[in-house]
Amino acid sequence: MENKRYRSKKLWEKTSLALIYAVLIIISLIWLVPFFMLIILSFRGEHVGMSADYLFPKQWSFDNYIKLFTETKFLTWYGNTMLVSVVVTVFQTVIVLMTSYALSRLRFKMRKPLMNLMLILGMFPGFLSMTAVYFVLKEINLTQNLLGLMLVYTASSAMQYYICKGFFDTIPKSLDEAARIDGASRHTIFVKIILPLAKPIIIYTILTAFIAPWGEYMFSSFIMLGDPDKFTVAVGMKSWLDNSTMASEYFTVFCAAAVVVSIPITALFIWLQRYYVEGITGGSVKG
Amino acid sequence: MVDLEYLKMSPPQRLWFNFKAFFKRLPLSFAAFFKAIPKRLYKLWLAFAGIFLNIGRAAKDGDWKTRTSFAVMGFGLIARRQYLRGILYLVFEALFILYMVFFGWKYLAKLGSLGEVACVEEWDDALGAFTYKFYDNSLLILLYSLLTIFIMAGFVYMWYQNVKANLLSQQFTEAHVALPTTKDDLRSYANENYHKSLLSIPMLGLVVFTILPIFFMVFIAFTNYDKAHMPPQELFGWVGVDNFVTLLGGGISANSKVFAYTFGEVLLWTIVWAFFATFTNYILGMIVAIMINKKGVKCKKLWRTILVITIAVPQFVSLMFMSQLLADQGLINNLLIKWGVIDKAIPFLTDGTVARVTIIIVNIWIGIPYSMLICTGILMNIPEDLYESARIDGAGPVRAYMKITLPYMLHVTTPYLITQFIGNLNNFNVIFLLTGGDPSSLDMQYAGRTDLLITWLYKLTVSESQYGIASVIGIFTFVIVAVLSLILYNRSKSVKNEEEFM
Repeated sequence: MENKRYRSKKLWEKTSLALIYAVLIIISLIWLVPFFMLIILSFRGEHVGMSADYLFPKQWSFDNYIKLFTETKFLTWYGNTMLVSVVVTVFQTVIVLMTSYALSRLRFKMRKPLMNLMLILGMFPGFLSMTAVYFVLKEINLTQNLLGLMLVYTASSAMQYYICKGFFDTIPKSLDEAARIDGASRHTIFVKIILPLAKPIIIYTILTAFIAPWGEYMFSSFIMLGDPDKFTVAVGMKSWLDNSTMASEYFTVFCAAAVVVSIPITALFIWLQRYYVEGITGGSVKG
Repeated sequence: MVDLEYLKMSPPQRLWFNFKAFFKRLPLSFAAFFKAIPKRLYKLWLAFAGIFLNIGRAAKDGDWKTRTSFAVMGFGLIARRQYLRGILYLVFEALFILYMVFFGWKYLAKLGSLGEVACVEEWDDALGAFTYKFYDNSLLILLYSLLTIFIMAGFVYMWYQNVKANLLSQQFTEAHVALPTTKDDLRSYANENYHKSLLSIPMLGLVVFTILPIFFMVFIAFTNYDKAHMPPQELFGWVGVDNFVTLLGGGISANSKVFAYTFGEVLLWTIVWAFFATFTNYILGMIVAIMINKKGVKCKKLWRTILVITIAVPQFVSLMFMSQLLADQGLINNLLIKWGVIDKAIPFLTDGTVARVTIIIVNIWIGIPYSMLICTGILMNIPEDLYESARIDGAGPVRAYMKITLPYMLHVTTPYLITQFIGNLNNFNVIFLLTGGDPSSLDMQYAGRTDLLITWLYKLTVSESQYGIASVIGIFTFVIVAVLSLILYNRSKSVKNEEEFM
């Protein structure tokens, strides 16, 4: 009797494991297949536009990639986005770290009101302020200008303090106190003690800051309106698909561009995945 | 007694009970909010009284140095050898006066009318042709007036700080206490004033690029800024609450009713979307995380990496690619027709209702990896012995999930859920890149069946130049988001104030 129950339990364990594997495999397929399709379509050599009813190309070729780099402005867009990304990453990381440290560790009168203010500001639809920002930029001659875009991306980065502050909160306060007894200033504590301990969250901040400009469409399309030389990849690639005649000509080129854009970011991501996970789980659960 | 009754209920009954309780409490929490207003006003009054008391004290007790600094900022400080601070105050005052005289005043004076003459056609003898001369630009008048008001507020604050600092330094001198030297002042910016050094630059960015523009757009909501009133060729002016009335359906123009209808439709869909987008992602992500975390499942890292890769591919790439695949003439429809699964293309993105479902499903595809990652970390923190004892008590996996995992997760991740919900209410990318708000509808004003408030706002500004109406929609969006998230936030706070989980 005892033995039979044991066996049935083991059987149950086994079937449930098998079920889980099946589900996981299906999920992996659902998640990966579109990306395989993307890669395969980018090698399609024949021009059949959108109406093709098959996936695998009749003619494998690099034509799309060649067209991408020789006939389109993709390389310029890529350079623009890369430049914006790198600059924004540097400044945004510094600003987020400074704000988070101040809100997590320092106690001053305006701390709570400031946090509430940023919470409320976060509820305004970002686009609402876009027109005004546009005219501010226009007055200082920074529309259709990469510097203007960088400024817009960096300016409000203080509002992303939330996850980073959550992470700082988990670092024991006794460390600060010990250092203060030894006569260290707040600044020294921040630079010499907290920052070295905050490696995961720094990498997380860098990663998110770096990726954001690659996918941002709303602001960049508005600021760069009408100047294709200043587009970022998102705006440029969207312009290929805006109408169906363009789309049927550029669809496979779009796929090639998507592959080119995705490869470096994906590589970076897989490399730094551990920190990303640590950062997101360490920071997002503490209020 | 109530608790006992609650325990007797079945899960759906409990859900209904909690649902009812929530709405029963709602008026009470609103009442509490309004009851707290007098108290808050009183506190505000106290703060103001304190400020005037300080100024009065400085005027009464101050010596001539302190009193001079009422007009010449920082004078007392310089006279008492606190040079750096004193000179900074003085320079600030000088800059402020220069700004007001040469720039700020011009614009502020026209704020009431937003300009008299926009542009005049003049005969230019040298060119031998008519040229346009531009005078008042309503937009710039409004923008710079606001900037000037901000700067004036900053000046008043600095002036008050200056009075306080002067009085303090006088009191220090009278009590024969050594004044902080310039060196001490500088050092304090790495210590007790460190927050000022850290936060000044981030806050400057926030004020110029977020707060000022928000105020600007709030004011725009009370003007008739649209296609027919575009600076610099034309002026726009104040119209009071006309735009609000139009949007709520009380306007005289024929558009008003359509606007009101569109607003209702779009708002409803925005809330439905945000709800489903947040909770489907959350629950499904948690389930995937639980499956990967289950004891005995091998290659945990591989499964996770597969999902994480999809985060790394920029969202706009996956979204635009999906929109192409799912188009009526797209690959998926073509393949399905060729294989004989369907006869006619499925209108994934071209039929209102189908498109809405498609969007939510595609969003699940995009969002699960994120929520899976968040849940993974937290799941590992749930003590294993809880499940052990649940098993001994005879609870199956479903029961264990409902009784242990879900409450724990909800308890820990409420802040994350709220931010997700707010983010989804304003989720531009998914909608705009997937459907662009289409399919369009004839009964709606410049909006399609899948438009959210934010994408409607985008269309109204970028393609229709209806700035006034767009600002009103923006304000409504803000109010809705704020009310919803405050309710959620207060709920989670009450959860927090109860004893900690376990």
